Amino acid sequence: MRPLESVNDFVVKFANVNGSGSASSNQLFARAILRMGVPATPRNIFPSNIQGLPTWYEIRVSEAGHTAARGGGVDMMVAMNPQTWDQDVRSVEPGGYLFYDSTKAMPASRFRTDITVIGMPLTAICNDEYTDPRQRQLFKNIIYVGALSALLGIESDVVETLLREQFRSKEKLIAPNIHAMHLGRDFALKNLTCPIGLRIRRSEAVGDRVFIDGNAAAALGCVYAGATVAAWYPITPSSSLAEAFAKYCKKYRTDLDGKNKYAIVQAEDELASIGMVIGAAWNGARAFTATSGPGISLMQEFLGLAYFAEIPAVIFDVQRAGPSTGMPTRTQQCDVLSCAYASHGDTKHVLLFPEDAHECFTMAADSFDLADRLQTPVFVMLDLDMGMNDRLCAPFEWDDARRMDRGKVMTSEALESGVDFGRYLDVDGDGIPYRTYPGTHGKRGAFFTRGTSRDVYAKYTEDGTVYQDNMERLLRKFETAKQLVPHPVRRDAATPTRLGAIYYGSTAAAMDEAVELLAAEDVAIDCLRVRAFPFHDDVKRFVAEHDQVFVVEQNRDAQLRTLLMVECEIDPAKLVRVLHWDGSPITARIIADPIAELASALKIVPLRKAAP
Amino acid sequence: MTYLPKPRLHHPELPRNDLGFTRRDYEGAISTLCAGCGHDSISAAIIHACFELSLPPHRIAKLSGIGCSSKTPTYFLGNSHGFNSVHGRMPSVLTGANLANRDLIYLGVSGDGDSASIGLGQFAHAMRRGVNMTYIVENNGVYGLTKGQFSATADRGAKNKSGVANNDEAIDLVSMALQLGATFIGRGFSGDKTQLVPLIKAALSHRGAAFIDVVSPCVAFNNHAGSTKSFDYVREHNEAVNFLDVILSRAEIVTEYAPGSVREVTQHDGSVLRLRKLAEDYDVSDRIAACAYLQHRHAAGEIVTGLLYVDPEAEEMHDYLGTAIEPLNGLMEAELCPGAGALAKVNAGLR
Repeated sequence: MRPLESVNDFVVKFANVNGSGSASSNQLFARAILRMGVPATPRNIFPSNIQGLPTWYEIRVSEAGHTAARGGGVDMMVAMNPQTWDQDVRSVEPGGYLFYDSTKAMPASRFRTDITVIGMPLTAICNDEYTDPRQRQLFKNIIYVGALSALLGIESDVVETLLREQFRSKEKLIAPNIHAMHLGRDFALKNLTCPIGLRIRRSEAVGDRVFIDGNAAAALGCVYAGATVAAWYPITPSSSLAEAFAKYCKKYRTDLDGKNKYAIVQAEDELASIGMVIGAAWNGARAFTATSGPGISLMQEFLGLAYFAEIPAVIFDVQRAGPSTGMPTRTQQCDVLSCAYASHGDTKHVLLFPEDAHECFTMAADSFDLADRLQTPVFVMLDLDMGMNDRLCAPFEWDDARRMDRGKVMTSEALESGVDFGRYLDVDGDGIPYRTYPGTHGKRGAFFTRGTSRDVYAKYTEDGTVYQDNMERLLRKFETAKQLVPHPVRRDAATPTRLGAIYYGSTAAAMDEAVELLAAEDVAIDCLRVRAFPFHDDVKRFVAEHDQVFVVEQNRDAQLRTLLMVECEIDPAKLVRVLHWDGSPITARIIADPIAELASALKIVPLRKAAP
Repeated sequence: MTYLPKPRLHHPELPRNDLGFTRRDYEGAISTLCAGCGHDSISAAIIHACFELSLPPHRIAKLSGIGCSSKTPTYFLGNSHGFNSVHGRMPSVLTGANLANRDLIYLGVSGDGDSASIGLGQFAHAMRRGVNMTYIVENNGVYGLTKGQFSATADRGAKNKSGVANNDEAIDLVSMALQLGATFIGRGFSGDKTQLVPLIKAALSHRGAAFIDVVSPCVAFNNHAGSTKSFDYVREHNEAVNFLDVILSRAEIVTEYAPGSVREVTQHDGSVLRLRKLAEDYDVSDRIAACAYLQHRHAAGEIVTGLLYVDPEAEEMHDYLGTAIEPLNGLMEAELCPGAGALAKVNAGLR
């Protein structure tokens, strides 16, 4: 078997033991590739565990800029975990490479003959160099990064610079880390064949893009939007969003007296976190919570209150595989329906679907304007894959002229002028009434907020007509929302086609790549990326313009498809499910294969070819 | 309840407080509770206390959960903003509201089902967070709106209207509040307004988490023989530890008392709590002793009332959080948004 040869296009996977300190050295490796100007997309594949279980870190190197998981086997395995040795060796593509710690001899039966095996006595090198066990472990990780830099042709200066930046605040750690890196690098250069067939070559493909995880980007968006109150309960994979908000606030929101221009409360549960958000938003602060599916389940009752009493609230749902505890460290898009129709009674909620970290930032910032404008909960639907993994995305932008849209808020002056204030009075015909912040005016504007039915002046009533009028106004408001939420993004194939695909959220990267794969197989497909619910009229139009529309999702029950059928009254036969829901991120191949299959079954011949 | 509307006119010489408001300015809509309900007496006491403290009605936020007690905020402080939230979840909504604007006065009203049954968790966590508020539980030991089921504060052995005894141990919210770090704790009885009004005034002027448990008999479902929350039972077993006067800082203190019989506690806002002792050696500043005292008296079948604990120099949630002095809901873009320049630096750090 010829060893694989590839420049700037391959997959390297690290098999490690959870809690062994490998995360930061693996990230160092990924960053070194990026600093070479080559796009690299890492993914943490981790168990629900703190220490001891296997964990993997997979990096897809792609000069073309593909950030979705590639799928299939890996081109190079860095096997650092004896527990998973056999499955790790199996996962190497024929012709691929296996890098392992050769300190302890392994029987030949544990290897494969169709791959290149690169052994390096890492433990022996460490034991010779270090006496402290923790140092042996941590520096072992840096040593293999050094060795890999030589094997793959990564410049040592790049790694050195990164180490200097990483330990800027702990300067005495710089020299020992650089030393460990060279220990590995020098060994490889002296004893191993460098470089191997897989190589990193300097490029400009990264451009001005930034490298960040979606949770941190969303948190940054909250800071820019002017969110001041965050209440949350720890839950994977959303905790790092609240923690990033705390970190950014500490940096940007501390006043000259050292006082905080924000308040973050770790609540006792998700019921309390959404309750605090609703209380704070009722009182005029921009407030949010971050959670995942189980938290959404717990918040249901409060979400109905916020819908009916019309209180703005922003909820970040970083989705993970359910139901119940499900697979807490695996990704899915499985909360679409439970968020869209959250709570008992007739409810509908606004959902936003960011595609990457860049949109996590922009949609986080927009969600507060939307929540205030519409006076209703707004869900920003992330998932584990985009929330917890660093990813290249377009740099963040902000217009300093931008002002918060606080929506229809009755001021003290307006109340003083004697304007007819009815909390639930639809004065503009858009279904959105005016509100006041408590304490605004000495004599006017006070009202009672409640989840029970009331008239337009917020007075309690059980009059069926009044109740129904109010519920219908809420529908008008939802109609208004259609125009305000981010519109879908359409991208047509180069040639006319009757095939369409609808997708959303983190599926975008895989979809982009799938379109390329399909084009190479002469399958033309128009694409529509849905960015929000309620659906803009363009969504219905897109479906009408195509004979078959694939709805690509990462859940079992085709939840967005259901939403499309129900809300746009679309014939189910027109919407073809393309589903992936085993907890791993969707790949281009998973999307392209069923589409190509159906396209050939339909014998759809591209128009340009059909022409005589 | 009555369906007769309240008269719009009132006596021209109705007394006015320092803000020029009459008592009527602190009233709300007419109560829809049962005639003789203890809760209406509590509403009256709240109106009385706010009037006497000259609180600006529009600066009070009144919040509640679900249940008979949680309906009452409609019946007092009609010029205040109210929020009738979700069953058992008033504490979180109040906490959030307080985070947004630390300048308002927060009054939480709840019941025994709302706070001790479905909402025990939120009750506990609001206390331990030190939310600056007055939290009143109108405690009748039963669910009224659903017709008389026991709540978690019903005493073991107490009988319902059909004579069936409650088997479960009662939750004493006062003991819990003591253990959870509330910094003002009292218990009153809806049938004793002279004791209740000063308690509410003192709680409203307290900075920190103030909790008052008010035993408030349910005339429809828990006022029979065999109930331990009936008017007769509470009157018979009520043991007040002290008699409280609240003196606002601007009032001059003139009355003389025999040494040792009176204790004065100056609160953070300058108000003075003057306590005339009824129980010998009861020390309102000793949390541990208060816990023990309550257990002893409970074992003896007494219902201990009065101001039970106060820490006049208490800290509150915003102190712990280090929040800015100005309310968060008043901060604008200039104070909140780091701007494009900072973002360019963020981008640079992510490459």
